[in-house]
Amino acid sequence: MPAPIRLRELIRTIRTARTQAEEREMIQKECAAIRSSFREEDNTYRCRNVAKLLYMHMLGYPAHFGQLECLKLIASQKFTDKRIGYLGAMLLLDERQDVHLLMTNCIKNDLNHSTQYVQGLALCTLGCMGSSEMCRDLAGEVEKLLKTSNSYLRKKAALCAVHVIRKVPELMEMFLPATKNLLSEKNHGVLHTSVVLLTEMCERSPDMLLHFRKVWILVPQLVRILKNLIMSGYSPEHDVSGISDPFLQVRILRLLRILGRSDDDSSEAMNDILAQVATNTETSKNVGNAILYETVLTIMDIKSESGLRVLAINILGRFLLNNDKNIRYVALTSLLKTVQTDHNAVQRHRSTIVDCLKDLDVSIKRRAMELSFALVNGNNIRGMMKELLYFLDSCDPEFKADCASGVFLAAEKYAPSKRWHIDTIMRVLTTAGSYVRDDSVPNLIQLITNSVEMHAYTVQRLYKALLDDISQQPLVQVSSWCIGEYGDLLVSGQCEEEEPIQVTEDEVLDVLEGLLVSNLSTPVTRGYSLTAIMKLSTRFSSVNRIKKVVSIYGSSIDVELQQRAVEYNALFKKYDHMRPALLERMPIMEKTASNGPTEIVQTNGETEPSVPDTKHPPLVTQPANQANDLLDLLGGNDVVPVIQTTLPTKPASAGGELLDLLGDLSLSSGPAPAPSVPISQPPFLLDGLSSQPLFNDISAAIPPMTAYSKNGLKIEFTFERANPNPNIAVITIHATNTTEADMTEFVFQAAVPKTFQLQLLSPSSNMVPALNQGSVTQVIRVLNPQKQQLRMRVKLTYTHKGSPVQDLAEVNNFPPQSWQ
Amino acid sequence: MYISHSSLSLLPSAPAIQIRFILIQNRAGKTRLAKWYMQFDDDEKQKLIEEVHAVVTVRDAKHTNFVEVRQKDLLDAMSFRNFKIIYRRYAGLYFCICVDVTDNNLAYLEGIHNFVEVLNEYFHNVCELDLVFNFYKVYTVVDEMFLAGEIRETSQTKVLKQLLMLQSLE
Repeated sequence: MPAPIRLRELIRTIRTARTQAEEREMIQKECAAIRSSFREEDNTYRCRNVAKLLYMHMLGYPAHFGQLECLKLIASQKFTDKRIGYLGAMLLLDERQDVHLLMTNCIKNDLNHSTQYVQGLALCTLGCMGSSEMCRDLAGEVEKLLKTSNSYLRKKAALCAVHVIRKVPELMEMFLPATKNLLSEKNHGVLHTSVVLLTEMCERSPDMLLHFRKVWILVPQLVRILKNLIMSGYSPEHDVSGISDPFLQVRILRLLRILGRSDDDSSEAMNDILAQVATNTETSKNVGNAILYETVLTIMDIKSESGLRVLAINILGRFLLNNDKNIRYVALTSLLKTVQTDHNAVQRHRSTIVDCLKDLDVSIKRRAMELSFALVNGNNIRGMMKELLYFLDSCDPEFKADCASGVFLAAEKYAPSKRWHIDTIMRVLTTAGSYVRDDSVPNLIQLITNSVEMHAYTVQRLYKALLDDISQQPLVQVSSWCIGEYGDLLVSGQCEEEEPIQVTEDEVLDVLEGLLVSNLSTPVTRGYSLTAIMKLSTRFSSVNRIKKVVSIYGSSIDVELQQRAVEYNALFKKYDHMRPALLERMPIMEKTASNGPTEIVQTNGETEPSVPDTKHPPLVTQPANQANDLLDLLGGNDVVPVIQTTLPTKPASAGGELLDLLGDLSLSSGPAPAPSVPISQPPFLLDGLSSQPLFNDISAAIPPMTAYSKNGLKIEFTFERANPNPNIAVITIHATNTTEADMTEFVFQAAVPKTFQLQLLSPSSNMVPALNQGSVTQVIRVLNPQKQQLRMRVKLTYTHKGSPVQDLAEVNNFPPQSWQ
Repeated sequence: MYISHSSLSLLPSAPAIQIRFILIQNRAGKTRLAKWYMQFDDDEKQKLIEEVHAVVTVRDAKHTNFVEVRQKDLLDAMSFRNFKIIYRRYAGLYFCICVDVTDNNLAYLEGIHNFVEVLNEYFHNVCELDLVFNFYKVYTVVDEMFLAGEIRETSQTKVLKQLLMLQSLE
């Protein structure tokens, strides 16, 4: 049999093939030759054959018949054989073939071979594709190699150990002693791999993590290594664009991050070095930026002090100005994650973020959009909205839906005036009308009904928009509804805000009828316009025309339209006396709970100057207005009245003092809270609440707790859960007095963090009798929709032995069952 | 913010790894090197290669060098696999590294460049044909610089020295 062709020849031949079929033919021929050669058990050419087989495998052809041959090659003594054999093993074999177990013995022998390169090969293969059984068998050998003095082998052994730990986590302890010495190495490669090994151990096992923190005191050691890296001069071996071994720096930073997470001491120890890295690293090249990015991630994750966090955000802000879009992308992603916690710092970079909306890369645009929405607040709403609307005009369709809903949400929360709100919504409808969500139509309609003074303006603008374009269904639906409702305003030309246009009744009816017949209108839209035409019969004088239209559609093919038309026809014929009553102006709608507490519409600023309190977003929680509280999420969204307190015992100034209380409370970080406005509830609801104690004895009774005990005054809290709503905790306070004098004019006030709502009901009395002769009780209801840990700050004022006493206290020891 | 690796693995049973695979492809989609650090079926491998090719070749200079891919898991229709490809184009070849979504993109970008510089030195102005004819040597270079899904040796001089030693043994 002639010698099999060399690898080069084969590759050259295959490359000359011009079609896929030709190539396949060549390969099949060669495979047949190789197979027969394997059968002959030819040692000299096996290596070459397997190499050819691997090449063909890389092209995508099946090569599994070569697996056993690889094993034979591994067992051979020649280095070249071994090399191809191991390569073949890594490419062709994996855990799922049983054949791979046969390798175990070979690898074991090779791990103890005299030549380091063979050992290296074996370690490499084990590290890439070793299965759990193999790892278990060979872990001891790997551990031995971790301790050799040969740094080439130590590096490989360290990463092999990483693989072993991943496959068989229980073997982690075995590598512990050897790892200890690794960190004192000078060799960067060994250092690098040992940091990787430590990282892997920390991630896998929290016990290990604690062990490293406390027993080995790893953090100062790592800090020292990092410092040396930065301070040392130029080292040609590991230098990348002027920075010494950036890869090692990045890995150390990552390990520091894991060690410092949720641990104050470690975090403190690394503050300095992080600041140093952050300020000293060169930012002109990508390398420096990579290190800075890792530093920023670390700072954000550990318990760093605020100065450091601000530094990190500023670095991200600088990234945003960088020309390299990779860096901008990376900055935007990180800012998105931190915007919840460090809102103010991120606000400073708002203008740069908004500029990124105009970037060419799609992923950058998307992140900039999300970030912009997160940054919108009451102050910047006008400017931001302008930019966002401009973005909406020009962006890709895939963004429009998200952008439109974001705009609606932001407008709802922060609209400075009703007219602005309506304008904005109209702008969205006209530019991206077909992409808005379905529920935005009823929301918009409700918004319009609520802004009574804007009706004329709104209907005029909508009419004009309708004249231009009837293809966007949500816009058309809203417009036809409004024209139906307020058509009389339109025709009478009464608009104050804008130049009134002259419209006749016939023109209006033309437009509406046009909608009915147009191909562009969906059945839903047609329904809207038919109803609108009908409503106009009480507002317009040309009733005959309307009657005609309605009767035509009595025989429409569309069942919905037909039904409507027939019913309206009946209204004309038989129930004409009822028509005006049925079709009169809609009352202001109450908004039902849509997406949770954040959706309550609020207008602040320009139209309601009489309510200064609502302007402060963090102060809007309820202690300032203990009654009138929305503990269920129903309620009207009328214009905000002046805040009342109904509890007679509260002096008028108490509201002001409580606002200070809230200012001091460290508020837990939650999602951007919407200032939820307290609204005067219809009285029956409140009566219902206070007349029935809303007890619900759950099987696990929540233990009572002592909230305050000082100077003879003791306040105990007892808990129940409110029946209809499990998020409400009902706390009854019992105040008792162990001194000999009575405490008169006793006032109990409480404040809670932003995410809670609080309601204080009337106390039983305002005098706490001396020597525990009686107690004052008061009921507190706390709504905790996010199930966060309950904290409360209480303020007590009373008069004792003639002198007034005042005290502030924080209550943190709530039992977990009360808020879970 | 830092999500532990074990919660975001490509396959439900596999342990979390940093680098999932390294791929060198040309513009036509032919694989010049494929190094897998995780277990995949052959058809999964093929699918991944095709997907990477499809995603990476349509991007040009005005896109970033990172792509996040969501791919439906072949086994479990409800779950998505989330991974990130960091790639760099050198002439007609795309060097792609697939990593976890939480990793530092910029550092891996540097890693790719380091690797390419070593190849350049080793093959003396490397071109695609060098990679084709000496594919086993390319694997050796990869194994010298990456192991078990991590970057192993970053010093170019050291790697080149080792490679020359290995070559002398042939």
